[in-house]
Amino acid sequence: MRHIMAENLVATDTVREYLASQEQKSLLRFLTCGSVDDGKSTLIGRLLSDTKQIFEDQLATLERDSRKHGTTGDDIDFALLVDGLEAEREQGITIDVAYRFFATPKRKFIVADTPGHEQYTRNMATGASTADLAIVLIDARQGVLRQTRRHSIIASLLGIRHIVLAVNKIDLVGFDRQVFERIVAEYSEFAKDLGFESIAPIPMSARYGDNVTRRSEKLGWYAGPTLVEHLETVEVDRAAIEKPFRFPVQYVNRPNLDFRGFAGTVASGSIAQGDEIVVAKSGKFSKIKRIVASGGDLKQAVEGQAVTIVLEDEVEVSRGNLLVAPGARPQVADQFTANIVWFDEQALLPGRSYILRTETDQANATVTDLKYRLNVNDFAHEAAKSLEMNEVGVCNISAQSPLAFDTFAENRTTGAFILIDRLTNATVGAGMILHTLRRADNIHWQSLDVTKHSRAAAKHQKPTVLWFTGLSGSGKSTIANLLEKKLHATGRHTYILDGDNVRHGLNRDLGFTEADRVENIRRVAEVAKLMADAGLVVLVSFISPFRAERQLARELLEEGEFVEVFVDTPFEECASRDPKGLYARALNGEIKNFTGVDSPYEAPEKPEIHLQTLGRTPEEMVDVLEGWLSERDIADQQYDDGGGI
Amino acid sequence: MLAKLSHLDRLEAEAIHIFREVAATFTKPVMLYSVGKDSSVLLHLAMKAFYPAKPPFPFLHVDTTWKFREMIEFRDSMAEKLGFDLLVHINEDGVRDGINPFDHGSNTHTHVMKTVGLRQALDKYGFDAAFGGARRDEEKSRAKERIFSFRNASHAWDPKNQRPEMWKIFNTRVAPGESIRVFPLSNWTELDIWQYILQEDIPIVPLYFAKERPVVERDGMLILRDDERMKLRPGEKVENRLVRFRTLGCYPLTGAIESDADDLDGIVSEMLIARTSERQGRLIDRDEAGSMEKKKREGYF
Repeated sequence: MRHIMAENLVATDTVREYLASQEQKSLLRFLTCGSVDDGKSTLIGRLLSDTKQIFEDQLATLERDSRKHGTTGDDIDFALLVDGLEAEREQGITIDVAYRFFATPKRKFIVADTPGHEQYTRNMATGASTADLAIVLIDARQGVLRQTRRHSIIASLLGIRHIVLAVNKIDLVGFDRQVFERIVAEYSEFAKDLGFESIAPIPMSARYGDNVTRRSEKLGWYAGPTLVEHLETVEVDRAAIEKPFRFPVQYVNRPNLDFRGFAGTVASGSIAQGDEIVVAKSGKFSKIKRIVASGGDLKQAVEGQAVTIVLEDEVEVSRGNLLVAPGARPQVADQFTANIVWFDEQALLPGRSYILRTETDQANATVTDLKYRLNVNDFAHEAAKSLEMNEVGVCNISAQSPLAFDTFAENRTTGAFILIDRLTNATVGAGMILHTLRRADNIHWQSLDVTKHSRAAAKHQKPTVLWFTGLSGSGKSTIANLLEKKLHATGRHTYILDGDNVRHGLNRDLGFTEADRVENIRRVAEVAKLMADAGLVVLVSFISPFRAERQLARELLEEGEFVEVFVDTPFEECASRDPKGLYARALNGEIKNFTGVDSPYEAPEKPEIHLQTLGRTPEEMVDVLEGWLSERDIADQQYDDGGGI
Repeated sequence: MLAKLSHLDRLEAEAIHIFREVAATFTKPVMLYSVGKDSSVLLHLAMKAFYPAKPPFPFLHVDTTWKFREMIEFRDSMAEKLGFDLLVHINEDGVRDGINPFDHGSNTHTHVMKTVGLRQALDKYGFDAAFGGARRDEEKSRAKERIFSFRNASHAWDPKNQRPEMWKIFNTRVAPGESIRVFPLSNWTELDIWQYILQEDIPIVPLYFAKERPVVERDGMLILRDDERMKLRPGEKVENRLVRFRTLGCYPLTGAIESDADDLDGIVSEMLIARTSERQGRLIDRDEAGSMEKKKREGYF
């Protein structure tokens, strides 16, 4: 309430005193959520206005905009104050989260005003991830809606433990107590398993200000606090300072040979000079030598502080590791189960590889199993093969390297991660870790004495995977067959993995949906990898329409082993050849999910070998391939163990 | 008994965390240094974040050639005092075409000298991350922006399609040519900025403090006539008045306020009774509705 406070200011001392009093205030971060048109933005406008946060020039702009775009007749349309994007004001909807700031004599507040439309759920999740309390708005005329439930579930999953149930537009139902109590009962029944520590139901009219900052005479039957009174006093402390010490190493500060500091933000607990710590991933012990800050070393550091730590010993620590309390260590594992909220238009597909990022660590990771999808209306666990945009599910995740983490319930900072698409770099999902999968701890790689190198040497060849990709009917199998004959004739040990043949056996359980196509390729890539390990030259002939899976196959193999061969035959040519009569049926709509017809083919961007087949015979293609292989010398000398052929 | 962090401690820690995250994950970051009070706070935080090392990135000033002279003097003295790597970029095409705020209007001038100038500098050096001092409480399109705000290869912001930003886990991945604008002060308010300047004793340009200055009243604003390039219109006269600035930009586009606040305490107490927001002194925000969003989509900070 800067204006009101300011009236009392007379001298410099008072300014200092005022600032000191500001400093002692605690901070509450909350969000407003709920369905479209339940009045979220109007409520924030009302909060800002009634706590005197709106300046004269902003009010003038608001009055002008209200006349132009407003939906409240002659009154000021407060939604226009927070809907800051032109598209939002024109369409009268909230697209993205807006952050607003206000203070009362008791507390400081950061509000995230989040969108109600289902398609913008990811922006609601963005606002919720840093909030400690959620105001769930309900239109008294509508009651609990699908979005009310979805937002409550997402708020719960993201770790919010305090809810204000704002039954808004109570004026439009004649300030009726029965309506309010019916909605409260319905919501309480729905939310009983969501793990909220407090639910405060408040009847209000954001438009007219009843029960926002001032008590309403028309709601005499309601004895509880106003919204602002509740926000000022609700206790949301997570006691993060009492939890075990966690310090995700963010940046190694090494200006010269004499100084090596680990910079980061204390995620939980506290640490003091001389304390013993453990490096989570290696289990190595050390002690805190210094806690460095620009104004002089600190004796201790607590949760939330960004510091630079110097250790007593020269232990190996890099970005992504955790320094932790020796008595209470985190998990270190490469497989775990997590809740996932999916954000992207491209569905989450088990088997596809994503980049997993925690606060400071990163690894390639695959969803190995989608255990179930959560129905946001009735909490039913539904079987699913993929997670579509805005859906929530429980998945098993396998990372390529071990991560150090806690469960999300134990620690909101060290138990969370995001998933990033490898090709578009989009943030496609958010994850909250539930528990470690034991098999990651128990199954270790068998160390084998006969190596890939020795097997390959016995065959006098370099293990190679030639990966033929292209449309159905492009000529992949014809070319691969011819090439295998020639390689075989020159003494190479080869094998062909053909799409149709593998689908009769190993992959007979898979169909042609996007999810099954991903799994199809993942299995074949793993088989090709084992065959390369056996020292073979493998010819894989699969449509393999998606770049992400071909990239996955490439990364399973060693540098130089994977050779992508793009059999580039135009769609029209393949459709007119139609050796199996499939195109005719697909174009007739008899076959669904047919590549090139109603399922996409993502052409390679940089294949090792690009075969443009139009006007050339399969024999000519094989000549090209042989030429390429002989240059790379797959009968490599280094694989010759000296015995000769 | 361990003391919990104050509101300001938390804001400081968040900003330092953001600085380090960029240094750890980007190939070629830069900090946009515009010499104002927010830049001064940003600079102070950058020095803290990497102590005892220096910030591992250069500082870029896009000079429109119409900044207050005192700003330029302050900029150069800070660079010398703190020993940071200062890059100054001027859009030479704009200089050649004689672009100026008087003949071409604030819109064209800002677009050519500031927005295009910035894009030129980013392309020239190939920066993949750029820190800016923008705050969410300044303006309603800024209230919508992420802390790590993605820009495509033409430096454009797509406000309708921002990356989700969960917890403190930032997606720092960009393809070649794309970049991220990073705003460590996103969650600070104007009051927080002044309070922090007071607490940390951060040097700021003297133009923020009241002093007798030669000003001209034009279009309802008090413009400091900083040099001879500003021609007087009929009936206008230069008067010495006790004024100061709440915000600093190009001198012909920045209105002074009458004030006798000549120290930080005075400024803060004046701010506490202010009835108008700080950007009101900026002509560029008032040109058209949604003008800040439009500028940002074009690559303005």
